[in-house]
Amino acid sequence: MAGLASASGTDPNAAPVGTGPTPKRRNTELLLLGFAVLLTIAAQCIVDLTLTDALRPELATFGIWFSALWLVAHLVVRRFAPYADPLLLPCIAMLSGLGLVMIHRLDIAGNTLGRNNSGEDAPVQLLWATVGLVLFIAVLVVVRDHRVLARFAYTLALVGLVLLAIPAVLPNSEINGAKLWIRVAGFSIQPGEFAKICLIVFFAAYLVDKRDVLALASRRVAGLELPRGRDLGPVLLAWVASILVLVFERDLGSSLLLFGIFVVMLYVATERASWLVIGLLLFSGGAYVAYQAFSHVRVRVDTWLDPFGYADTGGYQIVQSLFSLGTGGLFGAGLGGGRPDQVPVAKSDFIAAAIGEELGLFGLVALIVLYLVLVERGLRTSLVCRDGFGKLLAAGLAFAVAWQVFVVLGGVTGLLPLTGLTTPFVAYGGSSLVANFGLVALLVRISDAARRPAAPPAAPVAKLTDAPTEVVRP
Amino acid sequence: MNAPLRKVAVAVLVLFTLLIVNVNVIQVVRADGLRENPQNTRRLSDQYNRERGAIVVAGNEIASSVPSAPDDPLRYTRTYAQGPLYAPVTGYQSILATADGLEEAEDAVLNGDDDRLFGRQLADLFTGRDPSGGNVELTLEPAVQEAAMAGLDGVTGAVVALDPSTGAVLALASTPTYDPNRLSVHDPDAVRAYDSEITPDEGSDAVDPRVNQATDERNHPGSIFKVIVSAAALASGDYTPDSVIAAPRDYVLPGTNQPLRNFGNEACDPSGQQRLIDALTISCNTAFAQLGIDLGADRVREMAEAFGIDDQKFDLPLRVAGSTLGEIGDDAALGQSSIGQSSVSLTTVQAAMIASAVANDGSLMKPFLVDSIQAPDLSVIDQTDPEEMSRPVSAEVAEQLTTMMRSVVDNGTGRRARIDGVQVAGKTGTAETGTDAPDHNWFIGFAPADDPTIAVAVFVKNGGGTGGDTSAPIARAVMEAHLGQGN
Repeated sequence: MAGLASASGTDPNAAPVGTGPTPKRRNTELLLLGFAVLLTIAAQCIVDLTLTDALRPELATFGIWFSALWLVAHLVVRRFAPYADPLLLPCIAMLSGLGLVMIHRLDIAGNTLGRNNSGEDAPVQLLWATVGLVLFIAVLVVVRDHRVLARFAYTLALVGLVLLAIPAVLPNSEINGAKLWIRVAGFSIQPGEFAKICLIVFFAAYLVDKRDVLALASRRVAGLELPRGRDLGPVLLAWVASILVLVFERDLGSSLLLFGIFVVMLYVATERASWLVIGLLLFSGGAYVAYQAFSHVRVRVDTWLDPFGYADTGGYQIVQSLFSLGTGGLFGAGLGGGRPDQVPVAKSDFIAAAIGEELGLFGLVALIVLYLVLVERGLRTSLVCRDGFGKLLAAGLAFAVAWQVFVVLGGVTGLLPLTGLTTPFVAYGGSSLVANFGLVALLVRISDAARRPAAPPAAPVAKLTDAPTEVVRP
Repeated sequence: MNAPLRKVAVAVLVLFTLLIVNVNVIQVVRADGLRENPQNTRRLSDQYNRERGAIVVAGNEIASSVPSAPDDPLRYTRTYAQGPLYAPVTGYQSILATADGLEEAEDAVLNGDDDRLFGRQLADLFTGRDPSGGNVELTLEPAVQEAAMAGLDGVTGAVVALDPSTGAVLALASTPTYDPNRLSVHDPDAVRAYDSEITPDEGSDAVDPRVNQATDERNHPGSIFKVIVSAAALASGDYTPDSVIAAPRDYVLPGTNQPLRNFGNEACDPSGQQRLIDALTISCNTAFAQLGIDLGADRVREMAEAFGIDDQKFDLPLRVAGSTLGEIGDDAALGQSSIGQSSVSLTTVQAAMIASAVANDGSLMKPFLVDSIQAPDLSVIDQTDPEEMSRPVSAEVAEQLTTMMRSVVDNGTGRRARIDGVQVAGKTGTAETGTDAPDHNWFIGFAPADDPTIAVAVFVKNGGGTGGDTSAPIARAVMEAHLGQGN
């Protein structure tokens, strides 16, 4: 393995890696992918049969396309990341398949997103999945070693901040009260999804670089290791950035997401719980001020506390979502059997409610567990990763998925105030799908490196005799 | 970095567990509440997306679900073939209000949720057939219902006709009526417009046609209550129809100085006394007030309760309000009660039950409106068995009461209920309303008197005339309609 001694260095705490041959488990991945694809196609058939009493010819196109998508993804992984974790790809295949089925089901019910009335969103989403796959392949082919990314940390930080700032600056970017979209040639793009990944890469590189000073230089105040004032700079910066996002883009979700990811990465890098406490205090302060200062935040919180009190106004969406979930009950109404189209924006923000209504508690818990498997495999990758940058990057990416899923599903089920975040891989929306394909590609890349057997300890000793004589420098 | 990583992994597990617990609470613990929440429109669309069963009278559907227009999001529309004629029975199903009438009372059968349809529901589940509701076949006779509604045309009132031997309801009419079709359309604006059209203005005397005069409203029965007092007298053994009782021109109620008078302020008999049968025939108030006081409150109340006047509501399955004697504080009140005033108030259904019990040899059959419940394939899955409710008087007393009531129609106030070639028994009632409003007009009766096949009660609210003038002809038409069809 080339370039082991890179700038970021090895981590002394890395888990011991077995020296025996690591199984690649690529066939396991293929089998699971086949299962996910079959399940998706079967579900698609059920939807068509239930709602239209017929199987459309387009179904064959869908089946072939969707199968080909994952076969290509599998072959690319086999070629370019043979040691990658075999569960990552099947998880996202199942998630995106489930999303496509539900979007198709809502297409038939005529549930529109309110901004286009074409009615046929599933084919568009399949197209975005294909674009996502292209990004996936590009990442795996171009980024042969994830540590290269650390060199571009500051560039990526700039790109991330620009992407984050674009919607606030451009006119006409407001949808449903939040400014997270830019419109290019008829497409709505949510640059925040890409900004998230760029910033995680930057955080990882920056924190690995500065972790010693952030961890060690501290004062002890009231039993808590507090960092020096000047070291508070980065966390304050992240806090200010997320507050700016909240103020100028009215985007509660992205703000909460970015700040949460940063604080957790800071904690992982420094191993100091005090950062979590500081983060929590900053967040609470920010949240309190935002609640007092911004009416849209206040509305979100009030409707969260008492959705039925605002059932006809601000609480309409969440109340409809709760009706949808409650009607679904334990077993659900069955695919095509419910009325998830009565929930506003069911294809995007509330797709989890649609799944809960038609597949029931069992289906929704299965969805949550799928995410959990994806996230825990990502964290596992981080655990076994041998370099600090990769470790922190994998942890950041995995936690980003976990945190986003928690905030979104918590919002849809009334556990948290509603935010504008998307349900990764499942919800309708090209930016989110493509960006998340990129995110998983990075995880696949890191896990390939992490699970790859360590190179033999030194130059092949056995062949020493065959080696040409050379001068041994002291 | 591995120690914090492991903690993060555990934290993620905790967060996701929170999600799963919360989803469990919503989809299991709160599921029923959310499903049944009136704001959850799924319930409504569920109701309208399956074919609701029909309400059937004599083989014809009087309420049925027909496929909606193609652009209508609700698949079926409820229609009422002869809406105004059967509205007092069917009620309506509306997207804006809870259902009324049989649509409400038999909702479980009509929407298919009733346990008696269980086998079929199970089959639907496995065959994937769209679930549809069961049918409700009624006991009504169309000709009798038509005669009843026609007789009440232009007045506010009610007619109830029963088969005395079974309790089957042959007609249940209430006016003014309305068109349930206009409440069951899916256009909310049209429903609201019709609703405000038929809702009486505040302070006006008009009545809401959706109030069922036969089952919901209770009124002073006036002189028809004298049948109960007569029954109590005959059952006591101290009286026969030929017993001579006091019938003064004025009767000062005990403890008052207010004389009770007869209708038209006339003497019942120049001698000041008359036979019981004659007192009933001309509906002598002074005689019955004194007779009631002589019998005592207990006997009168006991007899009234045996006839069903016991404050208890019951279901046809249409809900029938409980008829009541009210408080009888002293003999003055007892005297007033004995002529159907004071706090006595009856539903029209209860009035018909009095006639029915007398007609059926003293046996009161429980009135019922639903003959059978049918599965969607018309196979009968439940049939109503006639059921005796009580036996207020012996066959002998019933015979004596019949003789007295025949005299009412043959010689007395009920002459206008006579039918050529058929013996009719009956009793009129003209009840003071206690206000300036005109009197209520009642008639109860049955025919043929020797072998009754129909017992009827007619109530005309604030008719202003007498029971004999206003209500007896309606009763005659209703009985004729029944007798004319081969019975």
